[in-house]
Amino acid sequence: MDTESTYSGYSHYSGRSRGSHRHGERSRDRHKSRSKDSRSEKSVTINTPPAEPLLGDSSVRGEQVQDDNWGETTTAVTGTSEHSLSQEDIVRITKDLEDSVGLDCRRYVTRTIAVILGLLVFLTPLAFLVLPHILWPEKLQSCGTACEGLYISVAFKLLILLLAVWALFFRPARAGLPRVFVFRVLLAVLVFLFVVSYWLFYSVRILDSQDDNYQGIVQYAVSLVDALLFIHYLAVVLLELRQLQPCFSVCVTRSSDGETRHYNLGQLSIQRAALAIIEHYYCDFPIHNPALLSASKSRAAKHLAGLKVYNVDGPGNNAAAGMAQSQSRAMIAAAARRRDTSHNELYYEEAEHERRVRKRRARLVVAVEEAFTHIKRMQEEEPKKAPGDVMDPREAAQAIFPSMARALQKYLRTTKQQHCHSMESIQQHLAFCITNNMTPKAFLESYLTPGPTLQYGKDHWLGRRWTLISEASVTNGLKDGSVFVLKCVDFSLVVTAKKIPYIQMSEEYIDPKSHKFVLRLQSETSV
Amino acid sequence: MSFVPGKPVTAVVQKIEIQKLRQGDNLILGFSIGGGIDQDPGQNPFSEDKSDKGIYVTRITPGGPAEVADLRVGDKIMQVNGWDMTVVTHDQARKKLTKKKEEVVRLLITRKSLEEAVKHSKGCHPRQ
Repeated sequence: MDTESTYSGYSHYSGRSRGSHRHGERSRDRHKSRSKDSRSEKSVTINTPPAEPLLGDSSVRGEQVQDDNWGETTTAVTGTSEHSLSQEDIVRITKDLEDSVGLDCRRYVTRTIAVILGLLVFLTPLAFLVLPHILWPEKLQSCGTACEGLYISVAFKLLILLLAVWALFFRPARAGLPRVFVFRVLLAVLVFLFVVSYWLFYSVRILDSQDDNYQGIVQYAVSLVDALLFIHYLAVVLLELRQLQPCFSVCVTRSSDGETRHYNLGQLSIQRAALAIIEHYYCDFPIHNPALLSASKSRAAKHLAGLKVYNVDGPGNNAAAGMAQSQSRAMIAAAARRRDTSHNELYYEEAEHERRVRKRRARLVVAVEEAFTHIKRMQEEEPKKAPGDVMDPREAAQAIFPSMARALQKYLRTTKQQHCHSMESIQQHLAFCITNNMTPKAFLESYLTPGPTLQYGKDHWLGRRWTLISEASVTNGLKDGSVFVLKCVDFSLVVTAKKIPYIQMSEEYIDPKSHKFVLRLQSETSV
Repeated sequence: MSFVPGKPVTAVVQKIEIQKLRQGDNLILGFSIGGGIDQDPGQNPFSEDKSDKGIYVTRITPGGPAEVADLRVGDKIMQVNGWDMTVVTHDQARKKLTKKKEEVVRLLITRKSLEEAVKHSKGCHPRQ
């Protein structure tokens, strides 16, 4: 545990989940890859302590001000982090419990309400038609031809309504959103009030008075079904059609490496816009690779590590905030004055890395092309070979894999992608490519460029749990300039919305006969 | 050598007299002209002002009568035998130069070096 505390005790504020690595007990399998990287970092950043005091920490914190870069081996720092994180861990466990219970509960409640409402809606017209026959059959006028025609109309309209409601509402839920979907709630309330008012009218005017005009009752039921179909039309417009027309251009930036994409969205609430953006994220953004970020972090640490700040007055004399401020100001001033040649190092390091990657890539491409020449699809007309020679795709992949394995592994190590691809997945991909007659270049495509997150195995879909952080209420609509953050375990997506401007277009008519040209000559004549 | 419409054009000119040479049935002068009010002035490599639609000498046949008479490439022809050449079409200019009945053409040409020479002489020797 000691060597794991590579961060000072204060950096846990930047990411809750980092605490999970230091406690082996709560290991989520999707953070396996990340834990390796945090252990590999040996740098310590001296962060300014936050204003909020940690539990039982003040004495230890004062001690740490004196310590320079001894955090890696000093048990005192571990002690700090353990205190603060165990507290946080408990909080997080309870919150998770609440969340999971809350969400499941809500989903069931929503489903139940939907089913009850649906049953109410469908059985009401049938009830309207059947009740007179049950309650006052003798008084009832017989149903004539027109009336029976209306039966058919009610039946088909109910069938259409059933199919339409099934198509629109009973789709598998693709996400659990933090707040209720306002439009759905409004529609449910509308339908409920509507049906209740019809029932009121029916019970007062028809049941009580035992009306004998059956045709009128059937027409009443038909009008109910018609109105329900119109409400369904309203639902389609509000839920599906309204947000199709693009209204906002949102800019989504990943906080860890700055990948940016722009999307066009319609008029949506913030939570629905966030959902659309997350779905686009899984398809468009290249996979988050924490191994690529370690270089800049180590550079940042080197900037500060060269400077040592000594507090001459001793600990605990000044207020924590004032001390920290003077410390950081001193460090900034010293860093500005110091002649920094790290840009030189960066340039040469990057050039060297580029060269290395290209060399490895060339070797890999050659190795894969050679490996693919050993495999040929067996034609049906060929004389049957011995059963030992004929292989299925999986065996074929296993046969040619060793010749390219080394080159591929070296390339993945150089581009720091080795944790994204396991040997099993590579062999599976190779078998897939062989089955589909793909060229070596097609096979290599998924390794040469980092693809979208969906391309990798399920364990790499880091964070299927997203947190929406927004200053405005999440059921408010998107507005020009709204900003919200989608926080995931390792990084966050910062989203800015801008309104697409009103476009004023005018026309200009060009007469086809107005296209006229003249020759521009410069002739030379000898005399 | 640019002109302002409506104002008279002033230029320093030199008189050049060329004897036409008889070659078979033709009388030739030994140079080529370019320009004219029906041509594109922007393509004229010799003019200072690219809207100048005057007639310019574009080529001199070596050893021909024009070279003998000290006509140079880039000269702008202002008059031919008294006929104005500053506002003529290309074909009209050609006709004025190739009249079969005339054996001598007297040209008034202007070139930049003439202007500069006059300015230089004015500048060096102030009027007494």
